[in-house]
Amino acid sequence: MPEVRVRKIETIVEEIFHEGGPPPATPLKRAAVLAVIHNPYAGAYSENIQPFMDDLRPLGLEMSKRLIAALGGNAKAVEGYGKGAIVGAAGELEHGALWHAPGGYGMREVLGGAKAIVASTKKVGGPGTRLDVPITHINASYVRSHFDAMEVGITDAPRAEEILLALVMTTGPRIHARAGGLKASEIKGEDGLR
Amino acid sequence: MSEAAAAAKVKIRKIVTFVEETRSEMGRELNPAVRRAAAAAVIANPLAGKYVEDLTELINAGEELGALLADRAVAALGIPGSSVESYGKAAAVGENGEIEHAAAILHPKLGAPVRKAMGKGAALIPSSKKRGGLGVPLDIPLGHKDAAFVRSHFDGMEIRIADAPRADEIVVAVAVTDSGRPLPRVGGLTKDQIKGEDGLR
Repeated sequence: MPEVRVRKIETIVEEIFHEGGPPPATPLKRAAVLAVIHNPYAGAYSENIQPFMDDLRPLGLEMSKRLIAALGGNAKAVEGYGKGAIVGAAGELEHGALWHAPGGYGMREVLGGAKAIVASTKKVGGPGTRLDVPITHINASYVRSHFDAMEVGITDAPRAEEILLALVMTTGPRIHARAGGLKASEIKGEDGLR
Repeated sequence: MSEAAAAAKVKIRKIVTFVEETRSEMGRELNPAVRRAAAAAVIANPLAGKYVEDLTELINAGEELGALLADRAVAALGIPGSSVESYGKAAAVGENGEIEHAAAILHPKLGAPVRKAMGKGAALIPSSKKRGGLGVPLDIPLGHKDAAFVRSHFDGMEIRIADAPRADEIVVAVAVTDSGRPLPRVGGLTKDQIKGEDGLR
C-alpha cells in the first residue's frame, strides 16, 4: 500500500464583500485547500490503482477540517462544495479520478452528511496549471444561486510525478445571485437534486 | 482634494488570504514545515482614469491596508506577530491606473502598521509593483524583517486573484513567513548572526 507523501498544502480564503452591487449583510467566503502529493503510479501503466483511494481518505479528512477552520470553524456555515485534481505530466487522467471517493468522503464527514453529489473536475497539466473547481449546493444540486466555481492553482505544482488535489467550500450563494431557478429555501432534500 | 475624501475609508471588494505549508523539498522532509502567508485586498482605485497630482487619498489607504493585511496574514499563519521572520509587500494596479498609484499605497505609510503587527521590523520591507489585467500574478519579494542581509530569507511568493484587478481596481498584498527558504545552503549572513542595529545585518 503506497503511503501518501505530501509535499505542500496551500489554503486560500476569499472574503467577498460585493461585486459592484449592494453588499449583503454577511460577506461570502470561499475557501480552497490544495495538497500536492507524490503520484505513486507516475511513469508507468498500473492496472490496479484502486487501493490508493483508501490511502487518501485521511488526507481528504484533514483537508476538509482545514477548510472548515479556514471558513471560521463552523461546519453549519458551509453551503456549497466542489473538488478537483491536476495530475502531473508523468501520470494519467485516471489517477485524478482516485480523488472522487476520498475527497467526497472527507467533506461529507466534516459536514455531517451532505446529500448532493460533489461537483468535480480534473485534468493533466504542468506546474502552475489553473483549475476551475465547480461548486454546487451541498444538499441539492439544482440550487441555481449556488452554482459557482473557484479558480485555483500553485505556481510550482504539480511537477511531473505529482498530483495536486483540491477541495473547495463556500458559505453561500454568489454574491449578487439573481438569475432565478431553484432557491436554497425551496430544497426538499430528498434526492440530493432539488 | 477635500479632507473628506482624504479621510474616506478604502472601498474593498474582496480580501483573499493564501497559506502555504511546505512539508518536503526534493524528497527531504522539512520539520517543522516551512510556512508563509499572504493577504491581498482588492480595492477601488479612486484615481483611475485620470491624472491626479495629489496622491494623499491612496497614501492614507496604504496605512489602513497595512494594518488590515498584516493582521490577516499573521492570523492566517497562526503565530504571534513577533514570531514572523520575513515579510514583503506588493501591488498590482488595474489598466486605468498608474504605477505611481501603487507607489503611493506601498511606500509612504503602509510599512508602519505592518511593523507594529510584528512587534518590530527594523529592515526595509521589500516590495514590487506592476500594472496588469485580471489574474495578473504578483511576485511578492520577501526579506528578513530584522536584517535585510539574511541570505536564507531572500525569497518570493507568487499570488494571483483570477478576477482582479479590474481596470479601476488595485490589488494590494502583504506576505509574512515563519521561516526562510526550504533547505537554505548558499551561505551568507544567517539569522543567528543578526545584530539588529541597522536593519541590514
